[in-house]
Amino acid sequence: MSTSKKYKRPESLQETKHLYCAGCGHGIIHRLVAEVIDELGVREKTIGIAPVGCAVFAYDYFNFDVTEAPHGRPPAVATGIKRVMPDHVVFTYQGDGDLAAIGTAEIIHAANRGENITVIFVNNTNYGMTGGQMAPTTLIAQKTATSPFGRSAANEGYPIKVCELLSSLEGTKFLARVAVDKPGNVLQAKKTLLKAFQNQLDKKGFSLVEVLSMCPVGWGMTPQAACKRIQEEVTKIFPLGVIKDLTV
Amino acid sequence: MANKKTLMEGNIALCEGAIAAGCDAYFGYPITPQNDVTGHMSRRMIELKRVFLQAESEIAAINMVLGVAATGKRAMTSSSSPGVSLKQEGISYLAGCELPALIVNVQRGGPGLGNITGSQSDYFQAVKGGGHGDYRVITLASASVQEMYDMPQLAFELADKYRTPVMILADGYVGMMMEPITMPEKAPEVKTVKKDWALTGCAGRKPRKILSLYMSDGLLEAHNRKLNEKYSLIKKNEVRYEAVNTEGADIVIAAFGIAAKICKSVLQMAQKDGLKVGMIRPITLWPFPEQAFADIAKTAKKILVVEMNMGQMVEDVRLAVQGKIPVEFLGKPGGSIFSTEEIYEHIKKI
Repeated sequence: MSTSKKYKRPESLQETKHLYCAGCGHGIIHRLVAEVIDELGVREKTIGIAPVGCAVFAYDYFNFDVTEAPHGRPPAVATGIKRVMPDHVVFTYQGDGDLAAIGTAEIIHAANRGENITVIFVNNTNYGMTGGQMAPTTLIAQKTATSPFGRSAANEGYPIKVCELLSSLEGTKFLARVAVDKPGNVLQAKKTLLKAFQNQLDKKGFSLVEVLSMCPVGWGMTPQAACKRIQEEVTKIFPLGVIKDLTV
Repeated sequence: MANKKTLMEGNIALCEGAIAAGCDAYFGYPITPQNDVTGHMSRRMIELKRVFLQAESEIAAINMVLGVAATGKRAMTSSSSPGVSLKQEGISYLAGCELPALIVNVQRGGPGLGNITGSQSDYFQAVKGGGHGDYRVITLASASVQEMYDMPQLAFELADKYRTPVMILADGYVGMMMEPITMPEKAPEVKTVKKDWALTGCAGRKPRKILSLYMSDGLLEAHNRKLNEKYSLIKKNEVRYEAVNTEGADIVIAAFGIAAKICKSVLQMAQKDGLKVGMIRPITLWPFPEQAFADIAKTAKKILVVEMNMGQMVEDVRLAVQGKIPVEFLGKPGGSIFSTEEIYEHIKKI
């Protein structure tokens, strides 16, 4: 009997072409989320919240109920949904501009209330959709469309470490940072996402997974170089691992 | 069904009306003069095992409403003028996403921080859009505590029927005054409609999505045309107003909300003196009762628009009257309130 596994499309992903750029991490992360939702068998009771930004089209890619939210507001929208449908699986999928800039208040307070939701926070150190502008997560000296001389701490401050920032809040139960730059990290990312969704099913409270993701077009480099940048530069500022886990 | 009479504050009547109308979730933020709404809901909604949450901001509150609305349940938020300014982005999304919800503005004086007394200076904001994009919000103006109780029911029904946000435009005076009201002994059964668009999980059906983004060529144009068709239908079907002593009136007052309530006493003063003064009180500020004003322009000699602002609804009255008869304006800005005498003296002059 064959023991080989067949690589197939998860049911939670629609059969459609993604509009993401070549080498972008969103496609991988979408697939991981879809696989996790399939494996937990919760597709039919999942409601996703797509952000403003590159992942705005998530509702065209995921094969379950999804709503749009105004820029930065997914945690508030998720709060509304989860409060009236506590047995549904509710998650937000947000970029770094959405979550760590315009939506800072919403993420902090949803986390502090300990909303029983799962947040997938895609950190690619820039605003991808609008043309590669500086994000709160942009590294010092990183050149972007709005920091052409490189981000300077004196003028623009420092990269925000969202997991570490949220870890002081009593409402947060699980905070972890993963990356999708190489196969080992992708597998670890999936395991971590699985836990973040399982936490919600177990009513453990607020879980957030920060995913370091490649943006080759925004960074002005090849997909290979973008993966290398994650390993050599991005993880130096945003170290991988579990930042907080109060679920055990 | 037996009715009971009770003395109640406007803001509390609003809460009880919303509760009777099956409001599933309320989200608010402290701001005067609507604080009694948030305060009352914080106790009542929890007692009833419904959802109450004090949001971290007005913006979060309206987006929590958006989340609940997306599931097809009835959601509401309330605020006062500066807070409603902050909610406009969310209201635009509700309109674009075609989500039903109730927003209440217990108006205070503006602009800026203004003051905390009642005012009517958010007419433009409520009726002309407020947020970005080509959309309309059904706007109901409450002029009494009884209406504060009755309007949430109507608001939720209209919101559901047309899949669109509805605003109750109240003010600090209507919100904080006490009046006897009549309410049923037992709230009537909540009328709900089938929501075959709501996000409830895709068990046994195809996934649904709620969005306002239409990128491909022509899609947004088509969406806007569809919205406009809906707005035309609302204009055709949902105009509401009250006409008092308009038959044979020489002068017709146009006033909404608290200003209309004051003008009712003015009508009595005029009647006593044998002056033929009537009033048209728009109940829906959008859709505006254009035809009622166009018709009255055929019989009356003059219209006096009385507003607690520097002239907002007067523009819509003038558009409806189209220069057929003079439309004069008497305004009171900055959260000050009219006395009946000053309105009556003005009428005697014109």
